[in-house]
Amino acid sequence: MTEVMRAEHVTRTLEGEVPVTLVRNVNLSVESGEFVCIMGPSGSGKSSLLYLLGLLDAPTEGRVFVAGEDTSTFDDDRLSDFRLARLGYVFQFHFLLNEFSALENVLLPMRKLGRVAEEAARERAAQLLARLGVGDQAGKRPGQLSGGQRQRVAIARALANDPLVILADEPTGNLDSVSGTNVRDILRDLTRELGKAVVAVTHDANFASVADRRIGIVDGEVDLGWTGARPAPSGT
Amino acid sequence: MAIAFDIALAHLTNRKRQTLVSLGGVVLGVAFFLAVSSLMRGSEKDFLKRLVDNSPHITVYDEYRHPNVQPALLRWPDAAIEVHNVKPQRETRGIRGWPQRMAFIEAQPGLRAAPVLTDSAVIDFAGRQQGVQLSGVVPDKMKGVSTLEEKMVVGSLDALTANPNGIIVGQGLIDKFSLHPGSVVSVVAGDGEARPLRVVGVFRTGNSSYDEGQAFVLLKRAQSLFGRENRINRVVIQLDDPYAAQDVAQTIEAGVGYKSVSWIEASEDILSLLVVRNIVMYSVVSAILVVASFGIYNTISTIVLEKTRDIAILKSMGFHARDIRRIFLLQGLIVGAIGSTLGLLLGIGLMKVLERVEIKPPGIVEIVHLPLWWGPEQYAMAAAFAMLSCVAASSLPARRAGRVHPVDILRGAA
Repeated sequence: MTEVMRAEHVTRTLEGEVPVTLVRNVNLSVESGEFVCIMGPSGSGKSSLLYLLGLLDAPTEGRVFVAGEDTSTFDDDRLSDFRLARLGYVFQFHFLLNEFSALENVLLPMRKLGRVAEEAARERAAQLLARLGVGDQAGKRPGQLSGGQRQRVAIARALANDPLVILADEPTGNLDSVSGTNVRDILRDLTRELGKAVVAVTHDANFASVADRRIGIVDGEVDLGWTGARPAPSGT
Repeated sequence: MAIAFDIALAHLTNRKRQTLVSLGGVVLGVAFFLAVSSLMRGSEKDFLKRLVDNSPHITVYDEYRHPNVQPALLRWPDAAIEVHNVKPQRETRGIRGWPQRMAFIEAQPGLRAAPVLTDSAVIDFAGRQQGVQLSGVVPDKMKGVSTLEEKMVVGSLDALTANPNGIIVGQGLIDKFSLHPGSVVSVVAGDGEARPLRVVGVFRTGNSSYDEGQAFVLLKRAQSLFGRENRINRVVIQLDDPYAAQDVAQTIEAGVGYKSVSWIEASEDILSLLVVRNIVMYSVVSAILVVASFGIYNTISTIVLEKTRDIAILKSMGFHARDIRRIFLLQGLIVGAIGSTLGLLLGIGLMKVLERVEIKPPGIVEIVHLPLWWGPEQYAMAAAFAMLSCVAASSLPARRAGRVHPVDILRGAA
């Protein structure tokens, strides 16, 4: 296991008449194949921390390292390129493009990166959808899929460019319990079988139960009661 | 680029009704732009063609551009001189030594020149009189500078050479006086000198005042009738390149000394009027496209608002701000390109319809068709202006889309 992501003294403050600190002095390290859940009450700064780790937002203090590279020195374009090649995102509301089929949605990041030829990209997209159990839905548009199926397509899209880390923001927050468990197991299997690191924000205790590590966030700070808590593997 | 194009196209096709309305605006804008431009430019070119074809490209008059300078002023140019009681010389009006001056003019490349003596006269026939502008011409030379020969319906200019006592009149005068070829009319000059002349030719230009008010005789006959032997009072010049008239006129004036007026100088006010007319016309037809561009702006702005979440996900995925801008600019370009193409086709259709319209302008005998110009520049101009409007209309929403910060949207959606 190698370290794929590290946050050093990361703080995010929103400027204004009354400055608001969303995340305060967080130190965190994520290794390949690790399933990390960030938990905490609403408004505690979980999603803000995830956006900082996912390079969607920049810390006002501290640094985020991904694959050993200090991303604080990157400009916007390089951050975009880095996100495209190294990170994958899964959001609560899946955010698929409604005008495109499931397969085309998965193809988008590959076409943007342009690392593989169109045919090979299509083949890989089809394989990813099949692996996630929605191979037979490849030609359907998001509106024709159930919530669970859409989230699987979103996971396939996150995996399209073979990222180091999958960042998931409440990935089961909008799903029924059966679908939620399926998504949870898929993400866990990605860490076990493909060695991907998964960092997920969740309120869902069932989801968090399979995590390698659960990190508590309260008022933007890591709650010491949670840090380093690595529960024994639950088996299933 | 391909991926941006696919997304842009998907956005447009997903909002068919709004896209079609925007497209319709551009199509109509381009079509009207083209049809109106074609009509206005056609009428302008037709007007200029008539002006250039039916009037001399350069006319050398028997007058000077600047009054003669007194010898004393030439002798002492810097002195304060006052000259009193200057009496103008009385002499027979006209261009003196015209054969030598004609030789100089004809030595210039790319032109044809003809000497003319023109003055007012009255044609008398069977107790009826009609004032005319009587021109004395040299038929061989006149053929090279005038379309008169083409307008002859009876006889030809050469008939004047064959019959020195002949006169060529217009169809209007023929009709008015019930004349016929061979009729003898009396032509009375300003000083009362009268000559009987035989009608040897008839022309018809379609302009009734010209057809009633112009007549042509041999130059020698006119000189004798007007008592101005060895004089002409203008040289009519046609050029191979009418638009070089200004420069050639200056050369000729410098060479012969008499005032040489190009058709451009003579029509300066009309030409500037045409420029103003074109500015007004293009402003009006461009306004149609500007209005159409508001439709595009509205459509793309709505798409940007509706697709803010998609923009956020694309940017979080790794799309650059410029990629997002490109998607929405492409939408403007797609609407512009399709709208221009369909608009040009519709415009050509409109032009075909306009081409068949027949009108009979007042004072003109013949039925004429609307003059249309089919020049390629106007197609390019219509399409280019449409594309420019579409890109301008899409650039604001595109810039707004490029500025979307994904975290703001993701946080709001969560």
